[in-house]
Amino acid sequence: MQPPPNTYRAGPDERGHFGIYGGRYVAETLMPLILEVERAWRAAQADPAFADELTHYLTHYVGRPSPLWHARRLTEAFGGARVYLKREDLNHTGAHKINNCMGQILLARRMGKRRIIAETGAGQHGVATATVCALFGLPCTIYMGATDIERQAPNVYRMKLLGAEVAPVTSGAATLKDAMNEALRDWVSNVADTYYLIGTTAGPHPYPAMVRDLQSVIGREVRRQIVEQEGRLPDSLVACIGGGSNALGLFHPFLDDKEVRIVGVEAAGHGIATGAHAASLTAGRPGVLHGNRTYLLQDVEGQIAEAHSISAGLDYPGIGPEHAWLRDVGRVEYVSVTDDEALEAFQQCTRLEGIIPALESSHAIAHAGRLAATLPADHLMVVNLSGRGDKDVATVAKALGDSL
Amino acid sequence: MSRIARRFAKLKAEGRAGLVTFLTAGDPDAATGRELLLGLPAAGADLIELGMPFTDPMADGPAIQLAAQRALKAGATMAGTLDQVRAFRETDADTPIILMGYYNPIYAMGPEAFVAAAAEAGVDGLIVVDLPPEEADELLTPLRRAGLDFIFLTAPTTDEARLPAVLARASGFVYYVSITGVTGTASASQEAIAGAVDRLRRQTGLPLAVGFGIRTAEQAAAVATVADAAVVGSALVQKLAAGLDAEGRARPGAVDAVLALVRDLAAGVRGARR
Repeated sequence: MQPPPNTYRAGPDERGHFGIYGGRYVAETLMPLILEVERAWRAAQADPAFADELTHYLTHYVGRPSPLWHARRLTEAFGGARVYLKREDLNHTGAHKINNCMGQILLARRMGKRRIIAETGAGQHGVATATVCALFGLPCTIYMGATDIERQAPNVYRMKLLGAEVAPVTSGAATLKDAMNEALRDWVSNVADTYYLIGTTAGPHPYPAMVRDLQSVIGREVRRQIVEQEGRLPDSLVACIGGGSNALGLFHPFLDDKEVRIVGVEAAGHGIATGAHAASLTAGRPGVLHGNRTYLLQDVEGQIAEAHSISAGLDYPGIGPEHAWLRDVGRVEYVSVTDDEALEAFQQCTRLEGIIPALESSHAIAHAGRLAATLPADHLMVVNLSGRGDKDVATVAKALGDSL
Repeated sequence: MSRIARRFAKLKAEGRAGLVTFLTAGDPDAATGRELLLGLPAAGADLIELGMPFTDPMADGPAIQLAAQRALKAGATMAGTLDQVRAFRETDADTPIILMGYYNPIYAMGPEAFVAAAAEAGVDGLIVVDLPPEEADELLTPLRRAGLDFIFLTAPTTDEARLPAVLARASGFVYYVSITGVTGTASASQEAIAGAVDRLRRQTGLPLAVGFGIRTAEQAAAVATVADAAVVGSALVQKLAAGLDAEGRARPGAVDAVLALVRDLAAGVRGARR
């Protein structure tokens, strides 16, 4: 066992590795483009004007900072720790996704790119991308699995209203991982003018680090807000994980606060034992997909397996490489929550707090409930409410046997 | 001297370029795939690329994506792919076989174990599309020890600053991806190909193969006037797909149709003036 590092926040190394994870596993045609994105991102980070511009849009367009809400009735129901909800659902477009999209669209503009492409699963990242493209008048193509297009019709229509072209992907299993393959194929075919706006802390370096940095506004705000309300840092953080961007956004500013317990919640779908789940860290093993090495759901031959979750946003067979590393070094605990548990938490939060959470975020709430019950009343827990659940109303009604 | 080096030396002695054919191993099923593979040298393939099926072939267009899906559906495995190579080596000791694919199935088996099995089966080289030089060392180390070649791809986007780093690790031959795109879509102009080959020749003494977008005997012949080999993949895979029934089984004549196209392409390459 290696001794713990002096800091958990130094990664990745200059070639994009978090331990053995991450990196740049892409075709040669894309390598120069990815290196260009990295150079541009470094330059933007060093430029105070970029930070000012981003802050301007986050404040006046996205609506940041998002509130940190003391959830009194959930706290009471859980019967233990004092629970706060970080209200990313109140951002423009209804989820944390816009934090990343706003940063990357400003980067794409600095780079002089004239066309944007993105992948989407549930449609949340697609809507956020289409939104910033509308704001800046850039054409965009959103790749979405044909299966997902069918089950997420309202988001597809939102993207179209925003002026995006939604390109159905029928290859492979026609879900998020195939949409990402297709976006990469588009990028390799349109190298001169196109910017690929990846929606989570995955893909080739520098995307995992860049998306994390852009989402870290969540955790930075929580540090300030919890001190204002409670006079001290939280004792624990809980967030759901698909690719892992909302979680890393909350976690990263706290990684070196060793007294803060950090828990990531994967989707256990119908249950880990059934094989129908999306819990790459719990039940996968390291592999290489979509430009990085990370934990993947795969068979013994290294063929990628299909993920399952009631929440389309968690329905991905991989996970961001920094999470893979944080798991191996033991800094973050990773657990899982089933579809049924998430549905229960969805209803509980809605009834008790008057907040309809996304099914993704409901996974975090479900685990927060389990954990809070075991902790004392002076334990401060922050749960990332990463998105609002209006998009999930039809899915929930169907799962509960109700008709709309 | 490796089998790949011997083959390029022979082509040079004959004063001509070579034809490199690509097919996916086990497409549409193991028996048909094997019959095709065994028939390639007599039809005029000078080097053979054999695709290792993968669920997520990011650099491939629809034709080769579907080929991988057919093979996997029919039960293709890495062991099955290597079995095909072993069977091929029983009748052919001279034609180089290069396995082409993506890294995850190799990584799942373990780079050391994979290289040992590939060398034992009679594989001569590897093309791993999503393994750029920056990430290749964990596979290159056992590969070199086993005497196998790693064929690196260069692309129109590979600039002068980057090219030396790619070429420094290359062996066997260098594969120039002639378009910015996925397999089986657009074709580059002859002028662009000739310019790129010139640029590469100034930086490496290794043989140069050109691929992506070469579909006809005429295109292959044109490439053969400037490069050391022309690679044809999607056109062959599509010819095979056209010979399958609705369930993806080979109809009578499917194999012959593919081999006829190989003969046609080989005639084009062999007739090209250098």
